[in-house]
Amino acid sequence: MGDIKDIRELPQKKVIKPVKLDEHIIEIVSDSGEGAQKCGQSLGAISAKMGNGVWTVEIIPAEIQPPARSREGASGIRVRIGSKKVTNTGNYANLVIALNEQVIYGRLRQDAYDDQTVMFIENKWATHELDSIRQQYADAIDEFKALGIQVHEIPMETECLKLTPNPRKGKNMWVLGLLCYIYNRDVSKAEEQVQSIFRKKSQAIIEMNLRLLRAGYDWAERNIELHFEIPAMQVSSDQVVMNGNESLSLGIMAAGIELCSMYPITPATSVTHHLAEYFERVGGIVHQAEDEIAAIGFAIGASFAGKTAITVTSGPGLALKTEFLGLAVMAEIPLVIIDVQRGGPSTGLPTKVEQSDLLAAIYGEAGDAPKIVLAAATIEECFHFVILARKLAESFRTPVILLSDANLATGVQPFPRPKIDTEWFSAPIDQSPWKEDTKPFDWDPQTGLSKRPIPGQKGGMYTVTGLAHGPHGRVAYEPEINQNSAESRSRKIAAFQKTLKPPIIHGDAEGDLLLVGWGSTLGAIEEAVDRARNLDFKVSSLHLRFMFPIVPGLTEIFSRFKKVITVEINYSDQLGDPMITKENRRYAQLAWYLRAKTQFDIDCFSNVYGQPMNPGKVFQLIERELSEGTNNINS
Amino acid sequence: MLNPTHELCSIPMPDQYFGMDDYGKGTPRWCPGCGGHSILASVQRVCKDLQYPPEKTVCVSGIGCSSRFPHYMGTYGFHGLHGRAFPVACGIKFRRPDLNVFAITGDGDCCSIGAGHWVHAIRYNMKMVVLLFDNGIYGLTKKQTSPTSPMGTLSNTHPAGSVLPPINPIQTTLGLANVSFVAQTTDWNSAHLYATIRKAADHPGLAFVRIVQRCPVFMRDLYGDIATNKDELILLSHQNGIDLKPSALQSFKHILEHDPSNIHKAREHAETEDGIPIGLFYQNTSSPRYDLYGAHNRGMNTTDKKWALESLLDQYTIRNN
Repeated sequence: MGDIKDIRELPQKKVIKPVKLDEHIIEIVSDSGEGAQKCGQSLGAISAKMGNGVWTVEIIPAEIQPPARSREGASGIRVRIGSKKVTNTGNYANLVIALNEQVIYGRLRQDAYDDQTVMFIENKWATHELDSIRQQYADAIDEFKALGIQVHEIPMETECLKLTPNPRKGKNMWVLGLLCYIYNRDVSKAEEQVQSIFRKKSQAIIEMNLRLLRAGYDWAERNIELHFEIPAMQVSSDQVVMNGNESLSLGIMAAGIELCSMYPITPATSVTHHLAEYFERVGGIVHQAEDEIAAIGFAIGASFAGKTAITVTSGPGLALKTEFLGLAVMAEIPLVIIDVQRGGPSTGLPTKVEQSDLLAAIYGEAGDAPKIVLAAATIEECFHFVILARKLAESFRTPVILLSDANLATGVQPFPRPKIDTEWFSAPIDQSPWKEDTKPFDWDPQTGLSKRPIPGQKGGMYTVTGLAHGPHGRVAYEPEINQNSAESRSRKIAAFQKTLKPPIIHGDAEGDLLLVGWGSTLGAIEEAVDRARNLDFKVSSLHLRFMFPIVPGLTEIFSRFKKVITVEINYSDQLGDPMITKENRRYAQLAWYLRAKTQFDIDCFSNVYGQPMNPGKVFQLIERELSEGTNNINS
Repeated sequence: MLNPTHELCSIPMPDQYFGMDDYGKGTPRWCPGCGGHSILASVQRVCKDLQYPPEKTVCVSGIGCSSRFPHYMGTYGFHGLHGRAFPVACGIKFRRPDLNVFAITGDGDCCSIGAGHWVHAIRYNMKMVVLLFDNGIYGLTKKQTSPTSPMGTLSNTHPAGSVLPPINPIQTTLGLANVSFVAQTTDWNSAHLYATIRKAADHPGLAFVRIVQRCPVFMRDLYGDIATNKDELILLSHQNGIDLKPSALQSFKHILEHDPSNIHKAREHAETEDGIPIGLFYQNTSSPRYDLYGAHNRGMNTTDKKWALESLLDQYTIRNN
């Protein structure tokens, strides 16, 4: 046994006063299929119910069943619990529960732990029948200790075997019990949680898991000296706790959308799993199409027939949908497309986070195809932006792409319960007679906007076509008509841009450094900026939600900072590489785009390790940039 | 327009009577002698005879010569992407059971670039009429081999003759899951063409009609003889088949009795090399329909919707007040 005393030597429960903490980051890491995620999600949910700020992020291997005890197979979850609102995954874990030693190597490679991390590791490997495994385990423990990690070897398997013949199923609830003791969680809430997650299973299974939960708690109470208290936030309003994909799904329902046409793709699919379970209760339906192309074609057909539909996909699916997206732009058919981004290109990193679809979303189609592109930055925005996207699609008669990413998709966070407004729902299909003298593309010369006839409207009969067409909707062969219709489609996007306000700056309105982000990096960037500002660094940040058209005022804002850097999770060439010059350097996507839009010499900080942005990395960036005494490179 | 018989007759009559003109629009730009012209006239006549309100009728097409079709109909139309008429047509019908849907496609559109959608549209079996304009060649892009071009066809992509046997669309469709209506007709026998589309329009499901069509510009020889030589056509006849007047029957030399409920015989006839069988190969009026599933929970009112959504949010809620 390692640093922990044997249970037989310490039979009595001890009364330890919990140590108060502002926050803690906990990881549970295991082979795939050992239930680590269920354990962590439960810990997150229990903590949220106790009033804590919470952020959870899943650690997912790419394969469904990677080989056991493999470094690449690390599966699990990170839970960050705080006494304030938690907006991101944080830096190094404070405490990690390891079900074997090999998976820890995978996490070490991702820089998840430091010399302050406390580890509780399954000790059954120390007595494994195979010499090789015993040796691997012993080596690993030595290695972890050498890194400064405080390692406690604990008898998870032995303890669980007292209650169940198959600890592989059930050990996760024993661990949950252990964590509930360490973090002084409300046991009755934990029991409710266990009953809820196994609600579809038999009573015997529920009982077994409750016994394991209590056993883990009791064992920890007798054997573990760590005991913490993370006080609750002071929140007076009702909160909802969910992940980003559930939030998107509920947003789809709250937008009054009644058809989601999809094809399975990671990490977007769980949006539609949630929809498939609940959509019909609110008058909607999920169509699983034969492929990504058919999924958007079906949605476009339904939108054309009157009710704006939605299709949900990830990068490779977005690529397949581009021809239909171009048609929706050309034919001015309202449509919402959600892209839950993952690592690319091609099949890339299906389960990992990346923000590499920005330019594809804005510019991906052949020909000139302006449309609206939004990016949600929080789990709460995932909900509200679908409602916004549906309204914009109809008001501006255009497809709207809403970008999310794998980090938001599986992250869990509480946010204020939305107050459902029936105004959010789409209107019934207009079947009143069409005004005979109104053309189907009666573009307003000022705004480019026009009203569309819907099948069933008497007198409105017209034919949608992807061919160049004039206001009558008829195929046009005159060059002026093509120029004029392209102008009208572009003009309405400009008209929408006129309604946008300049973005709010986090921090002072001027300074030495401005960080610009988009999507799920919001929490990490702002946390780093706050930390740096407390140390008197003159740094601010701003976060973009309206990607196309772009929000106004950026040129003016950028001019008040000595340097502007985008922070993104996508690829960019690193300056300093002998092969890379300022001329051939490939910039991160937002940086590239903003350089073109504002003509500022904007720098970028980005990478494609497939990991969520963490505040520590952003803080290091700020420190590096502002201690070098960089000159104003924008002037 | 009020029907003048209103005041003279106690039998309820429609308020509006649609004539052939109500279903037409513009001047077709197909070549002279193209089979498209007679198909257009037949569809318009079927719409008129069934008094489909033009505003409740949608013609959906892909890309190709055939797919110009919606532009010449006085109904709503959707001229979309190459090969993708089926997903759009299915999306339109899914939540709008009140709309009459025609899906217009060609041999390149349906059997090549959109073949994946063909397989699944048949399986969805949503009520609509599918017209496959099959002239055995790519016309709009000027004479490339089509998947239904006979082996040896000289084309711009196979100047020495095409090297693979063609797809037989009837045989293929009869092999697909949940197939419910398969018929074949020709553009030049207008009585049979009309009667086939009429039968298709009544079918409770997806009615797949392959129209053997002449292309006088690029495939002058393919069906040139058949159109004048009655020997090549074999009429599939049955009391449950295509309803032809006795006078129309006289134009056929070969008549074969075929029960359209027999899918095995239908597959046999589809494979014949003795001539071109026309008529109803197969019909099953009780195959599952995906459009009925799609329409089952439409039109929920906002009060119910709000209530359902609130109770759903309750599952995720932590009460703090």
